[in-house]
Amino acid sequence: MKTTNKNRTRNIILTALSFALVLGILAYLQGNRAQYSYAISILERSAIYAVVAVAMNLLNGFTGLFSLGQAGFMALGAYTVGILTIPVELRESVYYMNGISDVIKNLHAPFGAALIIAGLVAALVAALIGIPVLRLKSDYLAIATLGFAEIIRALIASPQLDRITNGSYGLNNIPKFPNIFYTFGIAALCILLIILVIHSSYGRAFKAIREDEIAAESMGINLFRHKELAFVISSFFTGVAGGMLAMFMQSIDSKTFQVSLTYDMLLIVVIGGIGSITGSVLGAFLVTAGREWLRFCDNPLTIGGVNIPLFRPGFRMVIFSILLMVVVLFYRKGLMGTNEFSWDGLFGLIKNIPGRFRRKRKGGAQ
Amino acid sequence: MSFTTFLQQCMTGISLGGAYALIAIGYTMVYGVLRLINFAHGDIFMMAGYFMIFAMASFPWFVAIPIVLIATVLLGVVIERVAYRPLRNAPRMSAMISAIGVSYLLQNLATYLFTALPKGYPEIPVLKRIFQIGGISASLVTFLTPVLTLVLVYLLITLINHTKIGMAIRAVSRDYETAQLMGIKINRTITLVFVIGSLLAGVGSILYFTDRMTVFPFSGSLPGLKCFVAAVFGGIGSIPGAVIGGFVLGLGETALVAMGQSTFSDAFTFVLLIVILLFKPTGLFGEKATDKV
Repeated sequence: MKTTNKNRTRNIILTALSFALVLGILAYLQGNRAQYSYAISILERSAIYAVVAVAMNLLNGFTGLFSLGQAGFMALGAYTVGILTIPVELRESVYYMNGISDVIKNLHAPFGAALIIAGLVAALVAALIGIPVLRLKSDYLAIATLGFAEIIRALIASPQLDRITNGSYGLNNIPKFPNIFYTFGIAALCILLIILVIHSSYGRAFKAIREDEIAAESMGINLFRHKELAFVISSFFTGVAGGMLAMFMQSIDSKTFQVSLTYDMLLIVVIGGIGSITGSVLGAFLVTAGREWLRFCDNPLTIGGVNIPLFRPGFRMVIFSILLMVVVLFYRKGLMGTNEFSWDGLFGLIKNIPGRFRRKRKGGAQ
Repeated sequence: MSFTTFLQQCMTGISLGGAYALIAIGYTMVYGVLRLINFAHGDIFMMAGYFMIFAMASFPWFVAIPIVLIATVLLGVVIERVAYRPLRNAPRMSAMISAIGVSYLLQNLATYLFTALPKGYPEIPVLKRIFQIGGISASLVTFLTPVLTLVLVYLLITLINHTKIGMAIRAVSRDYETAQLMGIKINRTITLVFVIGSLLAGVGSILYFTDRMTVFPFSGSLPGLKCFVAAVFGGIGSIPGAVIGGFVLGLGETALVAMGQSTFSDAFTFVLLIVILLFKPTGLFGEKATDKV
């Protein structure tokens, strides 16, 4: 569908309106923080996961590198932010078991700087890991990145680093974001930056690599350099998001960053559509909210005096994983496929709905 | 460390390695024919552990073991049927995500059905009997595991190299479409691969959990990853490679634990993976594949 001039004005107005609406809702929630704390926590978590999902999509969807190291990079970011932002006067009590290393004792940074440093730490580690790992092809790459994430986790939990990471006790007393505008603002900024990367010439090179490595290479794209770049950029934002997660959760330990966290992110990307930024954002909100909404499945349910035996703790996750399988098997493209959200697309969809029904009825007999 | 302690540790390592080897074969065979990391394999192994708990609750061990093996094989075949077959012509990433999804589902299902708390693994008295050879004392299962592993591997290699079915498996893993054109029933062959893989995972699970004594929903995920690494180490697609990989991993891990570095025993696996991928990406016995443009 061609965007006519009239449509363009309409789209700008609609975008501005929805932007204002989102800001309004956020302001309202912020104003009644005590009342809506549950909703706020879900939204904040969704926004943070959206950053990770979009960063993961940059690798998996746009560059075609199937990496499963997200949990490891998030852990790096989270621990960096934790170490840098825990108030100095509280550190003795946080590290009461093992004592604190002198190196980090008085190291302190405001959370903005800490988040950037978190991203840089993750990016640096990614650059080092990338050199050997990015030579590998699809499944080997997946398993190697998964392996690195596990190594990072093992290192964080290891007794040798007790005085820095506080070993198995984890870090707590990490300061929270002052208000939800920060969480959403930083998340939006990160996603915007990733979108800019995707639309740059580098982004086009990434897509060329995804479509066909050999063809891309013969077009003069330096495979290793671009893969490494995609990996580093993605890890930077994953690290930032990890730091945000630390500030959101306020206490972290190495168990937070298990492989299942990576799988959760993968779930979001797959449901949203591999190769669609808006899909990933949508997926992050849907999956996080859906998981909370399905919580009723974990409680015993009685309908008309009959106790339904299926509903007990754990049922929620079973439904969730079945959902994932259904998406993978039958809706392989996820919500958005490789398309991006656009007002034209939305209106086209709405216009097509009656037509679709008619076509279905006609085609039903065939 | 005295010599006996050393031998004792070696014995533990070899025994662990035997169990790893049995699971690794499942990975290597499935990868050989489908080019797919069967992420769910470790969870099939975990489910076999739970099957054993329930089978042993009502039957003596010699009845329970066949039941467990049959149930494990069924699980493996059903997974292939439902989750992998529809995606056979899909991009590889889809199939891999499907495998991760199955693994996720099995873990959550196990948490739901059996709770997240570790359950005690039933003791098979025969396997637990303590033997003494020289200065080394260990339960029968420790001695039995490597022997059983080698016997099973011998049988498997004979099957693959000297029977018609084995020839079909080799043909499918070499070139899937040509094999189909030659009249080989691909679906049946792939099902057979899953039968063999799950059967060995079932045996491995009995040997592994008899030593560990508890099963919990995530007890399959780490051993699963490790065994995949073992398969990569040996050269994916190669059965002797998987066995050697399993033993190397078992011994290395036990050595680290013996040295008091147990936190790094899991990381060791992945370091091994990265080292082998750096220096010999095809593994010890893997064949080099070239991409056709």
